[in-house]
Amino acid sequence: MLEIRNLYASVDGNEILKGINLKVNKGEVHAIMGPNGSGKSTLAKVLAGHPSYEVTRGEVLFEGKNLLELSPDVRAREGVFMAFQYPIEVPGVSNAQFLRLAYNEKQKHLGQEELDPLEFKDLLKEKAKIVEMEASFMTRSVNEGFSGGEKKRNEILQMAVLDPKLSVLDETDSGLDIDALRIVAEGVNKLHDPNKAVILVTHYQRLLNYITPDFVHVLSAGRIVKEGGKELALELEEKGYDWLKNGSVAAGAK
Amino acid sequence: MSSQLATQSSSYNTAFRALLEKTGNAEPSWLRRMREDSFAHFERVGFPSVKEEEWKYTNVAPIAKLQFVPAFANGQPGGNGFGAFVYDEARRSRLVFVNGMLRRELSSVEALPAGVSVIDIGEALAKGPNETSLRESLERAAKSESGFTALNTALFSSGAFVFIPAGVSVAAPIHLQFISESSHGAAAASFPRVLVVAAENSAATIVESYASPGESVYLTNAIVEVRLGAGAHVQHFKVQRESTSAFHVATTDAELGANARYDATTINMGAALSRHTIDVTMDHEGAECWVDGLYMVDANQHTDTHSMIDHRQPHCTSHQLYKGILDGKSRAVFNGKVFVRHGAQLTNAQQTNKNLLLSNEAQVNTKPQLEIFADDVKCAHGAAVGQLEADEIFYLESRGIRPEPARNLLTYGFAEEVIEKIKIDSIRRELDQAVLNRLHTTL
Repeated sequence: MLEIRNLYASVDGNEILKGINLKVNKGEVHAIMGPNGSGKSTLAKVLAGHPSYEVTRGEVLFEGKNLLELSPDVRAREGVFMAFQYPIEVPGVSNAQFLRLAYNEKQKHLGQEELDPLEFKDLLKEKAKIVEMEASFMTRSVNEGFSGGEKKRNEILQMAVLDPKLSVLDETDSGLDIDALRIVAEGVNKLHDPNKAVILVTHYQRLLNYITPDFVHVLSAGRIVKEGGKELALELEEKGYDWLKNGSVAAGAK
Repeated sequence: MSSQLATQSSSYNTAFRALLEKTGNAEPSWLRRMREDSFAHFERVGFPSVKEEEWKYTNVAPIAKLQFVPAFANGQPGGNGFGAFVYDEARRSRLVFVNGMLRRELSSVEALPAGVSVIDIGEALAKGPNETSLRESLERAAKSESGFTALNTALFSSGAFVFIPAGVSVAAPIHLQFISESSHGAAAASFPRVLVVAAENSAATIVESYASPGESVYLTNAIVEVRLGAGAHVQHFKVQRESTSAFHVATTDAELGANARYDATTINMGAALSRHTIDVTMDHEGAECWVDGLYMVDANQHTDTHSMIDHRQPHCTSHQLYKGILDGKSRAVFNGKVFVRHGAQLTNAQQTNKNLLLSNEAQVNTKPQLEIFADDVKCAHGAAVGQLEADEIFYLESRGIRPEPARNLLTYGFAEEVIEKIKIDSIRRELDQAVLNRLHTTL
């Protein structure tokens, strides 16, 4: 589904990613872990097409298409979704209006039926159950006045409505209490199926207690330095990230 | 200026003589004297010029140049086609004015409780008990140096007098609807005059709207005064959607009693040139006001808001949020004065003015002016002029929304933050739609 080849990216002239290689197949859940400043969030934002990040080398193929050539909105309509670490507040625009516009843009793109406000309300009601959100959130302005946990649940609600093929969750676990973490993780699990893939970007192993990754990749200084199965996350939890700094580059990161 | 003055006075002079002729002895003699003094004042000062600090960025020469015909001396457009301007919630609590003249057959005040007066100002002047408060109000305004105010005092022939007795809460919004249109090539001028008196502990919602069925050139020169007794609560929504060829000059003047609360939201979308002066005086303790507004202009429209919040006594609070959306070659002026007088301790005054420029050719002049003469106060103000945030646009794009609808949705949201303060559904719906139309988009 996704193939990242020798990806270099910089922001404001500082090189952050220095040769990332990663392959994600349908049905797989990948965790990208690493210390602060290792480039995890940059990788997520590059995949979503954030305008502040410049790709200087390498390529990214999404379902055989050159993802980097597509504008952020086209990527989204093609099925790439990023849950933001810090979701943006959009005053004056209700959650329902925002989501219906996004949903209909995608339907139009795929040549499928658009929904009027009433039809969409029904769809939204069903999807909201996945993240245990009350109806009152739908008429409130997007993320405005939401708690940290509510914002993250709202991201997963958007994911549920847009039904992406590839979901990139950028530090979705940060700032969540244990109940919110459970709701968010269960939401992600409910939405996952063999035709989709998930990339979890996280600093801590805690989220992986709820969402079991098939592969764990450890990023340090812009490179993947170690790869393994879910047991690697537990090892990191135990030992921290320091022991990786001795230059033990994993096989997959050539 | 003198040649313009000659033109303008000739048409207003004729109108003024005609008005005196028409009213004859029907009006109290003090009012006739006041009109004569005001007209003389207007002839002396004329319309303001850009040399005056208060009018620095707003040139009213186009108003001075035109030969306006005050409506009472003019033919009246028919009442057909005005149905579109009705707000459902106020269907039976409204006065309709066409070119400044009350149209009884289009008005209804059935929904108002006994004791509440919503009547023509001429009628109020003719009947005893209201004459005193009207006279005070007119005398206060007559002290103004402004040529526009003087012209209104000299020429007003219709308008509304609203009285809410002590302790009465009026559920239905009271809608004062001003519809204007010029016909037969003559540019109509109307001079609405409104006085709202909300006695102690009363509560009411006033809607003041300006609209036109067409795109003709006309002038509205309005003065609206709102007096709140102790503990009174007035919500005042002003919707200015005049013809985009029209001129709109208006003053709102509110005075708050102890612990009174005044919530004003003003929407300015219409008129080729509009100027709104809104002054709120808090001369009693514990008063609170919200003075919010949105101006949304494009093409060659010019809109000017001058606000003045006067904290004269301790323990008063003012909140102000004015937002502007400018497209095309439009211009906006925001001048927000906040005075905190000697002894007005524990004042809390907040003012924000945010402007969104959708075009490189639009321009805004914003000037917050805070003058504080007390030492134990909490005051803050801020002004911003800019474009939409790149992070906000990216957030929407990352959800599959194309760049243009993303910008439109964010602009709509920017406007909505003010529009949602209007707690009347049909007005909010109308304004939402107007904003979307302006952005050439739907939701």
